[in-house]
Amino acid sequence: MAGVDDQYFWDGAREGRILLRECAACGEVTHPPQPMCPHCHALEWKTREASGRGTVYAWLISKHPNRSEDRPRIVALIDLEEGHRLVSNLVDVDPAEIAIGDPVAATFRDVDGVVLPQFVPVRA
Amino acid sequence: MTGGLRNTAIIGIGQTEFSKKSGRSELQLAAEASLAAIRDAGLSPADIDGMVTFTIDPNDELALMRCLGVEELNWTARGPFGGGAASATLQLAAAAVASGQAKAVLVYRAFNERSGQRFGQPMAGSYGQAGAGPDFYVSYGLDTPAKVYALWYQRYMQKYGVTNEDLGRYVVTARRHAATNPAAWYHGKPITLEEHQATRWIVEPVLRLLDCCQESDGGVAYIVTSADRLKDAPNGGARVLAASQSHRRGGQIMYDYYRDDLAEMEEIRTLSQRLWADSGLGPQDIDVAMIYENFSPIVFLALEGHGFCKRGEAKDFIRDGHIELDGSLPVNTHGGLLGEGYIHGVNNILEGVRQVRGTAANQIAGANHVLVSASRSGIVLGPM
Repeated sequence: MAGVDDQYFWDGAREGRILLRECAACGEVTHPPQPMCPHCHALEWKTREASGRGTVYAWLISKHPNRSEDRPRIVALIDLEEGHRLVSNLVDVDPAEIAIGDPVAATFRDVDGVVLPQFVPVRA
Repeated sequence: MTGGLRNTAIIGIGQTEFSKKSGRSELQLAAEASLAAIRDAGLSPADIDGMVTFTIDPNDELALMRCLGVEELNWTARGPFGGGAASATLQLAAAAVASGQAKAVLVYRAFNERSGQRFGQPMAGSYGQAGAGPDFYVSYGLDTPAKVYALWYQRYMQKYGVTNEDLGRYVVTARRHAATNPAAWYHGKPITLEEHQATRWIVEPVLRLLDCCQESDGGVAYIVTSADRLKDAPNGGARVLAASQSHRRGGQIMYDYYRDDLAEMEEIRTLSQRLWADSGLGPQDIDVAMIYENFSPIVFLALEGHGFCKRGEAKDFIRDGHIELDGSLPVNTHGGLLGEGYIHGVNNILEGVRQVRGTAANQIAGANHVLVSASRSGIVLGPM
């Protein structure tokens, strides 16, 4: 649930941006966000926009245990090129074509009334 | 060193039946299991002055105290990380006894996690609530433990070329052990590898149905005291040789996705270092191992992390029969959480005590040293 520590992320998604939280004192990025910088213990934060490019680190087909779904979601761990990892979804892709390490790029979709960063394959 | 814990012991164990519909409250299950453990130890509720469980247990200490008629509690503690703290219960209880904070600690775990709030289903509350605003996990579909864990188990399988069929070989063994354990839900119901492979994907392409632990109704409990009370315990017990936890920097409960290489679980290795240092033993000295398996792949990571085989070799270790009842390291002799029941891993400790006492359904001859691993917490038990 969005709170004081992660509101920036959802605000950024609505603007079509992936924002990472950067320590205002030492500049280290921490994701997922938390109130205290684990490197210098500062409590002030800025945001840094990620490029939205990354690679697939792991993925699975997410089905509801009991409900049939026309289009089960694909959940993936995405390694951003800046070096941070996000949980997200792969969209516009056939599961048979997904491989670990595939290059992907961010897109922004409305999911259940909330704009979430999602990722699409980058075709060579 | 935690040498002080060596003067503590488990002197009583108790449990209810393991089912899919207990027909009674979780508190009743906790009370029944606790009373059985207290009586097995030759004690009465008036002797209990400490209680330990871990996060997510629905049963309040004071409510259980009221049921049992315990006079006064002077020690309570709960470990973190859900089932990862299953073996931490012994460390918390033994530390209280060794430091004089309590004389007899009751450890308990009881759930209706099948007939009540199902553990394997999308959950409200503990795992976040879909529709209650965005979060970093449930909003993307990570709403069951199987999905949450499959994401990092996939990296292990990818790195070491482990297939779902390899996972199935562990499951066949666990179900074979359960088949000859009358207390197991799957008593008398062994499976073949073909049957494992024919079950549906729960999380494609990682986990099939039979790779998942059960959802069980049931309760378990055990009693920790100083080791000098072992001689008076009517049914004997098991001495604590080591008990520790390992949680590492940057770790996160459930969604532990932010380490560089998710194919390795560093906590198991660092936990092992503590257990071997404190017990003076090594993997070669362990006669039987209980390994917490919410899902089958963790057994592979644990066999390697504890040093029973090299990284990436667990699939061969299992295929070569090492974890069978007549193998070099019998594993989950009760059938594990897949075969016996899922009382959140604490039933593994009870099986460890039975092996040391020599009373297990699938008793291993000469079982002196037993490891009970919950990946982030672990214990080594030994004879009186």
